[in-house]
Parts: sequence; structure tokens; C-alpha cells
Amino acid sequence: MKFPLSWLKAHLETDASVDEIATTLSAIGIEVEGIEDRGKALASFRIARVIEAVQHPNADRLRALRVDVGDGRELSVVCGAPNARTGMLGVAALPGAFIPGTGITLKAGEIRGVKSEAMMLSAREMGLGDDHSGIVDLPEDAPLGESYVTWAGLDDPIIEIKVTPNRGDALSVHGVARDLAAAGLGRLKPWPAPVVQAAYPSPLQWRIEDPRACTWVLGRAIRGVRNGASPKWLQDWLVAAGLRPINALVDVTNLFTYGIGRPLHVFDVAKVKGGTLAMRMAHAGEEILALNGKTYALTEEDGVIADAAGPEALGGVIGGEHSGCDEGTTECFIECALFDPVRIARSGRRHDVRTDARQRFERGVDQHNLPLFLDMATALMIELCGGEASEASVAGAEPAWRREATMRFERLGSFGGLAVPAEEAVRRLEGLGFEVTARDDARVTVAVPPWRNDIAASVQLDQAPGLDAAKAAKAAEGCAAVEAECDLVEEVLRLGGLDAVPPVSMPGVSPVPPVSLTPKQSRSQLARRVMASRGLREAVTYGFLEKRVAALFGETPEALTLLNPIASDLDQMRPTPVASLALAAARNAARGFGDVSLCEIGAAYRPDAQLAVAAGVRAGRTPLNWAAPAREADALDAKGDAVAVLEALGAPMAGVQVTADAPGYYHPGRSGTLRQGPKVVLAHFGELHPSVRAALDIQGPAVAFEVFLDAIAEPKRRKKGQPDLPAFQPIRRDFAFLVDAGVPAEKLVRAAQGADKAMITDVALFDRYAGDKLPEGKVSLALQVTLQPRDGTPTDAEIEAVAQKVIAAVQKATGASLRG
Amino acid sequence: MSDDLAALAARIRDEAEAAGDLRALDAVRVGALGKSGALTALLKGLGAVPAEQRKARGAALNALKGEIEAVLETRRAALEAAALEARLTAERMDVTLPPRPFPPANAGSIHPISRTVEELTAIFGAMGFAVAEGPDIESDWHNFGALNIPEHHPARQDHDTFYLPGEPTRKVLRTHTSPVQARTMLTQEPPIRVIIPGRTWRADHDATHSPMFHQVEGLVIDKGITLGHLKGCLIDFLRAFFGVADLPVRFRSSYFPFTEPSMEVDIGWDRKTGEIGGGTDWLEILGSGMVHPRVLANCGLDPREWQGFAFGMGIERITMLKHGIPDLRPFYEADTRWLQHYATSPLSPFTLHEQG
Repeated sequence: MKFPLSWLKAHLETDASVDEIATTLSAIGIEVEGIEDRGKALASFRIARVIEAVQHPNADRLRALRVDVGDGRELSVVCGAPNARTGMLGVAALPGAFIPGTGITLKAGEIRGVKSEAMMLSAREMGLGDDHSGIVDLPEDAPLGESYVTWAGLDDPIIEIKVTPNRGDALSVHGVARDLAAAGLGRLKPWPAPVVQAAYPSPLQWRIEDPRACTWVLGRAIRGVRNGASPKWLQDWLVAAGLRPINALVDVTNLFTYGIGRPLHVFDVAKVKGGTLAMRMAHAGEEILALNGKTYALTEEDGVIADAAGPEALGGVIGGEHSGCDEGTTECFIECALFDPVRIARSGRRHDVRTDARQRFERGVDQHNLPLFLDMATALMIELCGGEASEASVAGAEPAWRREATMRFERLGSFGGLAVPAEEAVRRLEGLGFEVTARDDARVTVAVPPWRNDIAASVQLDQAPGLDAAKAAKAAEGCAAVEAECDLVEEVLRLGGLDAVPPVSMPGVSPVPPVSLTPKQSRSQLARRVMASRGLREAVTYGFLEKRVAALFGETPEALTLLNPIASDLDQMRPTPVASLALAAARNAARGFGDVSLCEIGAAYRPDAQLAVAAGVRAGRTPLNWAAPAREADALDAKGDAVAVLEALGAPMAGVQVTADAPGYYHPGRSGTLRQGPKVVLAHFGELHPSVRAALDIQGPAVAFEVFLDAIAEPKRRKKGQPDLPAFQPIRRDFAFLVDAGVPAEKLVRAAQGADKAMITDVALFDRYAGDKLPEGKVSLALQVTLQPRDGTPTDAEIEAVAQKVIAAVQKATGASLRG
Repeated sequence: MSDDLAALAARIRDEAEAAGDLRALDAVRVGALGKSGALTALLKGLGAVPAEQRKARGAALNALKGEIEAVLETRRAALEAAALEARLTAERMDVTLPPRPFPPANAGSIHPISRTVEELTAIFGAMGFAVAEGPDIESDWHNFGALNIPEHHPARQDHDTFYLPGEPTRKVLRTHTSPVQARTMLTQEPPIRVIIPGRTWRADHDATHSPMFHQVEGLVIDKGITLGHLKGCLIDFLRAFFGVADLPVRFRSSYFPFTEPSMEVDIGWDRKTGEIGGGTDWLEILGSGMVHPRVLANCGLDPREWQGFAFGMGIERITMLKHGIPDLRPFYEADTRWLQHYATSPLSPFTLHEQG
């Protein structure tokens, strides 16, 4: 909301500068979004008279002026304006003044032999428009020597504020003035108390047919009005507030909406059908053509104001086009009603109508002063448009809004952190319109003013489902006991500015702070560092992506499809972060960086769960290097990443097996799943399926892995046992096996490991050969087996016996034969 | 020394000098001192020497032997030195070659968002906070109802919520990390001190808004915690995080449905240069307040007994300010060049006071 300073001063007696006002407003909770002060740059410009204007002796196009700037001096000015003439009044700038339209600071000088000691300004030079046809030509009654902006009314800065949703009362100039006065920045001017003489019975009568639509409504007609343009002051205010002046009657309703937070509506009596205006719920199928030119199909949940012809207004939200006032209106009827904030909010949202009326009604308006506001509006309309008032028509009744709130003074310190003296606290509350009903040394009880719907409101709780009943009841009781007090503490504190509250550092819970990460959180950080230390760049990607892409990587259940996506390529929660990283790799490739290694710790979404996943994608080739020729990333790179994460996180690797059943977005022959037991899937890894790569336009090779962090059992925090440090040297023996190419290498390794568990401590696969020197379909796999003697150096025969066991075990498990 | 011995000594010296390598030198040694060497033969013939000359002859032969051994040794040392020199010369390599790729072949890195979360964890951890987490897909109750934002509340309009199908009510992508406040209060007895970093979602996409972003929430529930503690805690954090010991911090009254009193927090900066703590401008950086009694009651805590504060701030925002990152969108684009530029080494430890 924005308003000019002069409007504020109509409600607030103050000497404060606009800067002081802005600083105070921000401190007390009414955020100032901006101050537009057109006059500030022009403050030094004075109204001046041209005593004489003659042709410049040395220049055809220039004139030499003698100018009276109002301080007794007579200055010589050289001027190029064709309209400069003897006796005219204009605006002068003196040396040192900044000229906004030209961006230069004026200096005294001499132009072709004639001194120029000032400058006569055009509108464009003052930054007030495009007119540069000549200097400003002011009317004869303009006061010589006075400030031009003051005379022209340009010294009225516009203050733009942002009002928080709880402060319906501050959505008005009067409400802002009240807060400023309570904060000590002036005195709030009281309401006027007009006396309205009723000259005739009201031609329209209110009827509340459904209390859901409205609980209290007043109205009054004025006949004999001449509805033309409203006076300049009113138009200026409305324009400054960002509104369009329409006609006097409508402008007055807007004046009330912005000035005192009381939305009004005026009907043209001649256009209303029948003698009754009914507050009722809309019937199915009814429509309304609103003032904004749009037609709304109403529902049975919308409250309307209807005449005999049907809905004339969406009550409290927007008026109807048919019955509005225009220049031809001779009799109007003012509506001043109270609506249910929740119903207004719902109707407004249902039809997506944002109006000043809705904004105020849904936040809550003054519950009590409707008769006064109706009288004030009547009086002003008669003042502007003439005519005479009818009797008022009233339906419904003033709601039961009166309530009290109590504050213990001690809570200002023990909750608010600043022990504001009781006297000062009460003064601040009274400044806001609270009336003290009881007070002692410890506490004060106040009556809440009718415009503060946010204070001591009825407590609406939405307690956790499944909360223990006794606990819930006690908590609810506690809330009812302290909420209003919190409201008052806030009011007292904010008016003094929260900067006044002294900061207190957090008291330590222990000399050394406790652990801040759970083991799971620590492991997630470790996983991040393991991946990054393996050359993967950590990325952060969106958790949703295009459904078509998501479908390449798994299920796309409806439960994970956004109902209101912001873009069609962000409509499905991802089944795995691998999808996002693959897209990222494709994007990088499109920029000319096809060789990328990316990782992310993020969520994979399931309809009933969110899995924490450490994922990575390696695309393209390894870096060029003379000693290690670049090669394409392959599935074993991804396996290495997955295994490294699992090892670092303490997964029991001895029991981890690789199975060849990774999900379908991996290459079926070049991928695997790392499992612990038959059920627990720890990770997938492998080359991305060629069709997935093609769909994402990834040209080169791309491999991926994903480690399911939640699947890794938390390592038991046990003390480590004694280390195994045998006294005898280990013995190493090499074996080369010829085996069918389809046999997994891991099978050989495991068989060798199991051949003699007491002696064999390690088996390493150190060579793999496949080539034309071998029989078709066979590969050669070479193992180095480490034997660890414990009781003495073994004899050759003993070693040979273990070797034979290895050969036998491998043969039995895999059908391999020892290569000769 | 008789002439024959002198001649022998001279000959062996010449031969040793002429030996080009250790092998040749060894041949000289064998020729002199071997089983059938010249000196060995002379020693064997000592028996035939008349007794009165034998002693003198023996002494002369021993002296000769010592001389020959010294000659051979000197030559051997010289040859070995030459051999080593030759080998070292031969063993030269081009050390200007790039080193072999040690894994990792290419540098990995930590994303600036993760880095900031680590820093937040360290600083708030030192103030006794633990890290709490919650799911991205939340119930309406956790995201709104628990936090005193009923369905019709005007504040909901500001949230631009993403919805997912759900029964009986739609699920939401959490619009803030505040739902974890409720989760924490429902699962943990006070006193509570947690920070909640995490992903948040709002249907807003332009130069300064991303539909997914990160927030960190703070929640303290205890007895005797006042608004003064809230201010102290946040001032201490902001000064540590930005590394400006006298960073100006300003508190403005505001409104959030889940706190009362509520306040916005500004820090001092220079709008033109972006210098944090410099200049005379103010920059809004986070929202905070005393936990609303309804929020406590909704989560089963009696507001007569417990009170505390909560705050929330944008992780990207404080990261951009701290590191002078001008644009929000690249945070999520995984452009490897951007990641390289703004990321942190995985090996740099995170400590309480990070600079730069």
C-alpha cells in the first residue's frame, strides 16, 4: 500500500521528517518498501520573475534576462528559451544546484560576453516531463521567491509500505498514523463526528437471508447527487496511492478503503431492481459481471449481495458492473457491511480476485465503528456531490467483539528480553487504543480495540493427530492462558523497536558442545567427501524433472506427479538422482564438456518414502595423460566409486556380493548390484543403457552408480580387538587358471579364499588374458594367493598341499583348469 | 727392493691404470695376487732363497704386496665412481613431463551449498545445536497446520505451494524447513536446540527465485529463553559466518504465523560493492521470532512451561553473499565450470571460522 505524506498528516499531527517516519515504521513492524520523493531533488528551485528579457547582444538565438529571485538580488541570466519574456514568472536554479534533467551541477559563467548567474528551467530540466519547448511559465499568482515544489505540491513524498497479514488495521493511513503516534512520533487526529440529517426513508432495505453471507450491514441513500470528477486533493491522493480516480462517489469509497481501512460500496439506486438488497449465498449457476469487467460463475459457497434481478456484488470481494455509480447517477446507496474473513478469503481465492476490499476483509476490519463510518462517508459525499441523505437501513447486529487481555509486566523481561517499565508499557498500549480496565503492580488488563482482530483472538489449535489426550489438553490450556499476553508483549516491544532488546549469547549446555550430527548424518558427509576425493564434482540438482525422463529411470507413480507443476519439464519427483545427473552430464556435453564426473547426495522419491542416495555419473573419457592413455569410463569405475563409499561408511564388505541384476536403465551386460544378503540392496552401478543415453542425447559413454545410504547398517561402535601380527613372513604363490569366459572372476577368488581359511589371508586377481592363444571362449585369470603361517615356517610339502587345495577348490567351483 | 720386484710393481701399476673396468682390474689382480699370479709365484719361491737373504727378501715381497693392493684398491674406487657417474648419466629422464595420474585423475569438489551447511553445522554446533532433518514431501499439517497457518490464512498465498496427490488431503512439497520443528517437538523432549538444513520448494521461477532451494531452520525450546537470546544467538552466528567481528545487525518487528513476537533481521553492507559489514545499507537476511504458543500447543508442549525461538534463512542467499556469487540459477545447473570455480576441495577440513 502507498500513500502520500499529506494524507498521513491528515490523520497524524507530527513534525517528524519523512525519513524519521520511514525508520520508525520499519522498526515497529510496518516495512517501508520505498519512499518516492519527487520534490527532494528540486528543493532548492525558487519561483523567479523575469524583470526584463532582451535580445543577447552577441547571439541571435539567445536572450539576456534580468531575473528577480525573490531575495532582493537581481541576476543576469542568459537563456535560449523562445518563450522568455519580460514580466513572466518561472523557476530559477542558482549556482551549485544539481539540474536533474541534464545531470549537471550549475556554475555561474559568461556566455558571449554576458554574465549568466542563474538558470531558468524547463519542465524537462527539472525531470518533470518531456516539455522542453520553453522555460516553465507560471501563473501570475505564483509567490515570488518561494520554493517551487512546495507551491506546485511536489513536496509530498509517497510512502510505500508492506503490511503483514495479521495487521488488517494497518492497511489504512489512519492505522499507520495510530502506530506512529503510539511509537511517539506525533498525535493521532480523532475521527470527525458528522451529524447526518435523514431527509427521507431509505429507498432500499437490507435483508440478511443467510448469516453466512453477512452478519451486520448498514446502508443509506443520498438523493440529488451530482456525480462528477472529485476535487484535486482527493484525486491527487488516489493517484499517489496507485488508484485511478473514477467519479466523486466511487472515489470517496476508495478514500475510505485506503484512509481508514473501511471498504464501502455505492449502488446506483436507479439500477437496483426491487426495493431490497439481500445478503445471501449464491445459487448454483448464478453469475456476476464484476466491476473489473470479468464474469464469475458463482458457487453455493460464495456470499452475494442480490437484488430482484440476481447477484449485484460478490460480497466483500468485488462489486457488480450493473449497479455501480457513474456520472449519470442522481441517487446512490452506500453499503457498509461486515463479512466473515475466512469466507472472503476462500471466495477471493476461488475466483482469483484480488481487490482492496478483499485484502482488508480477509484480514479483519473494525468491528464496531460501522455507523460512524457510514455517517462520515455520507457527509463527505454530500459535501462533494450535494444532495440529501435518507434514513439508514440496518440488518443484522454488531458482533460480540469485545474482549480483554492481561499481561504480567514481568513477562516483558522474562519472555521479551527487555524489562520495559510498567508505566511505559501501559502508555504504549493506550496509544494503540487499548483501554486499561484493571491494573496492579504485577499486571495490567486491557480492553482490545475493535480494529485489532489479531490481539487476544479466539485460540484456534490444530493439534498433532495422535497426541496423547492429557498432554494435548494441558498444552491447549496453556496456550489459552498465555497467547493474549504474548500478543501484548509483542505490541509493547515493537513500539520501542526491537533493537532496544539487549542481545544475550546462548548459555552453553556443556563446556564442550555435544555431538551435533547423528551417525547417519556424519556418514552422509563422509560419503560426500569420499566421492569428491575420487574426482567427482558434487552437484545439487532439482528433485523433480520431466515425467518422460523420470520414466527412463523407473516408476512414475501418480502419487509423485505434481498437481501444479511450474513447468512441464519439472512435473515428476525423480526416482533416482542418477536421472538428474545424467541430464546434467548431457547439458555439460552440449556446452562442449563431454568428459564430466558428477555426484550428488540427494533423494530418490518413492510414493511412501524418500531414500537418501549417494549417486554419481561419469561421462566421456578419462583425462589425457602421457603415462595413462585416456580411456572411456566403464562400469568398473562406477563400481569403484560405489565400493569406496560403502567401505568408507563401514559396510561389511566381506559379505557384500555382486549380482548382475541392476535396474533397467543400466546396460544389462555391464552393470551390477551390490548386495548384503539376498534382500538388502546396497548399491547399483554400471554403464547407462544405450537407449537411455540416446534418449538423453548423451553421445559418449556414461556410467553411473547409486549407493543407498539408509541400507547400510550402522557400524557397531565397539572397541577394536587386538591386531593380527604373525611372527612369520607371508608366502605368496601365483596361479593361472583357464576358465570359461562366462564365469564371474569373483567366483574364482572366493573359491581360492575358501580353500584353506586358516592359511590363506588374501587372494588378488592380478591378470586377465583373453586372446587367440587361448581356446575359443576361454580366458586366463591369474591369482596371487597369500599364505600366512602362524606356528613356524612351513615346509615345501606343506605349501604344496595348500596350493593343491586352491587348485582343487577353484576347479570344483568354476570348472577352471590350471594353465600349464 | 731388487730390480725384479721394482719392475713387477711398475708393470702392475701400468696394467691397473690400463684396466678400463672392474672386470679388467680383477684380471690384473688375479695376474698379480691370484693362485698363479706373479707375486704369488715369487712368494712360493721364497723357500729357495738362501737363508741369510730370506728375511730381507720376505720383507721386500710383503711390502710389494701391500703396494700392489693399494694400487688395485685406488684404481677400483676410481672405476666404481666412473661407473656410477656413467649410470647416472644414462639414467636421466625428462622431469618436465607431467606426473602420472594418481587417482583421482581429475579433481572432485564439494558444492558451495554443502560447504555452507557444514559451516552452519560447525558454528551452531558450537552453540549446542544438533542437526535435524525431515522429508521433502510433507503433509499439509506439518507444513501449515502445525505452524498456525490454517487453510484460509492469507500467509498461504505467499507460499506458492507445490502439491502432490494424497489422501485424505493433498501432500505438499515443503515450502520451508519449518515442518521439522513440529517433527522435532513431537519426537524429542525439551530442552531442544536444533538446526534444520534442507531442500525447500516453491512455485516461483525467475532470476532470483528457484523452484527448489535450501533453507536452514533453527529451533530452541527451553525454560527462560527470551527474545534476548534469539538476538544474541543470531548476532553471534552472523558475525562468525561472515567473519566480521563487528558486523552491524538490525532487528525489525515483523509477522510470521508461527512466531510471536516476530522479527526480520538485517545486516549492514555496502549495496554498491557488496561488502558485508561495510557501507551504510541494510540487507534483509532472515526471519525469526519467539515460537508462537499455538505451535507449541499443536505439538503437545505447554506454553506456560516451555518457550523458545525459531529462525529461518536461505542457504543460497547467505552463500551468495559470503562468496560474492552473483546469480542463483547456476547453483542447480551442475555446470562443471561453475562447480570448479565456486567449489571447495574435499580435503579442506571445515572449522568454526571459515574465511572466503
